Amino acid sequence: MIVRELELDLDAFEGPFDLLLTLVLREELDLRELDVAGIVLAFLERLAEREELDLEACGEFLVLIAALLELKARGLFPEEAAELAELEPEAAAEELARRLAEYRRMKEAAAWLRERLAHEGDRFFRTGPAPLAPKVETPLAPQQPERLAQVIRLLATPPPEVSLAHMALRFPPVTQFLERFRAVLRRRTRFDFDHEVGSLSRIEQAVAFLALLELRRTGEITIDQAAPFAPIRVAIAGEEIPNRDERTVTWTVRSA
Amino acid sequence: MDRPLRLIAANPLDQLARTLEALLVVASAPLSVQELAEAADDHPERVEAALGLVGERYREGRSGVVLEHVAGGWAFRASRDATAACARLFERPAQRNLSQAGLETLAIVAYLGPCSRPDIARIRGVAADSAVAGLLERGLIAEAGRDDSAGGAIRYRTTPLFERVFGLESLSQLPRLDDLGADAEQIRERLHEVAEKRTA
Repeated sequence: MIVRELELDLDAFEGPFDLLLTLVLREELDLRELDVAGIVLAFLERLAEREELDLEACGEFLVLIAALLELKARGLFPEEAAELAELEPEAAAEELARRLAEYRRMKEAAAWLRERLAHEGDRFFRTGPAPLAPKVETPLAPQQPERLAQVIRLLATPPPEVSLAHMALRFPPVTQFLERFRAVLRRRTRFDFDHEVGSLSRIEQAVAFLALLELRRTGEITIDQAAPFAPIRVAIAGEEIPNRDERTVTWTVRSA
Repeated sequence: MDRPLRLIAANPLDQLARTLEALLVVASAPLSVQELAEAADDHPERVEAALGLVGERYREGRSGVVLEHVAGGWAFRASRDATAACARLFERPAQRNLSQAGLETLAIVAYLGPCSRPDIARIRGVAADSAVAGLLERGLIAEAGRDDSAGGAIRYRTTPLFERVFGLESLSQLPRLDDLGADAEQIRERLHEVAEKRTA
């Protein structure tokens, strides 16, 4: 008879003993759930089926089952394993007796509860979620209704109509600046555009620039600018602008 | 009109007794005298006296609803006459099919709680995991903090539902542990007997 091939049919496990040991060693089976007595019974049954006593199988089984029991005991009482090992036989027996007595008492208590349930268990009562906790009242500070009415009245007044008058664009006529620039050029042959219009509003500056372009289109003036954003210089046509070669004037509209 | 109603109507605590009835019929768990007094806005002594009146009216044999002192408070339950009818309509999941392992675990938690699963396993000699999980699901035990030790295992105690299911006014109604089971001396003697038989 081969112990390792012993077929087991337990609550926690079903299969050969060999597989059980493997699973236990790999910690895939929780020993605490295992009924060791069930294994012993299965082995004894198998043993009884035979005519003669297989001593070798019994020895092997004893070794294996003892190891299993030790593992299970360690699993159940991890911290106490060392503690108990140090006890003298007398003290160990004492400890065992104490524990057995403790368990016996709890077993009796369980029996008492069972009996109690048998007598009291026919009581029906309402169960459900715990009742709502009483709400904590937070008193309000003293209120002034007149003040509230006053504030609401304030809010209820329609706001004054917003004036959009300032948003209207008024363009001065281009001719105004044509006249002005011509007048300046009658007094001197050249002038600086930025300097001339610097004190005007943005709209006026834009119209003044249009007037400048108009004057150039009619060939009355030449325009020159040294670099982007540099001052725009204006001169009467035919008048040389100093220190400057005659070339195509490139200019950039200066941001007003 | 029948007698008990006149009995209450004749008493100066009549109004308070009616209020207590109302509170108890709405409650889904036992209410303590303190809770009843706060809700009824009355003195605890008067509430206790009024509870006497309510209990007189709602008692076995007189009413289908019975007032009982249970789990540290007062609650209404069905009368025992109505048990069969109730059982046909209602389930009692907290106490149905309580196993021996469950009862033993419950006893340990009731006497030694708050205690952890390792505590229970030490006494019963087998893992307590599934028994504890079952009792938690039934609502008979609940978590109650953690062990002070390094592991910090969760500890458990019994719930008011436990007291209610077992009809206990409080845990102090459990029998004294010393009165239960064989004493250590007896067990010691039996151990020695077994040992002697083996060596013989």
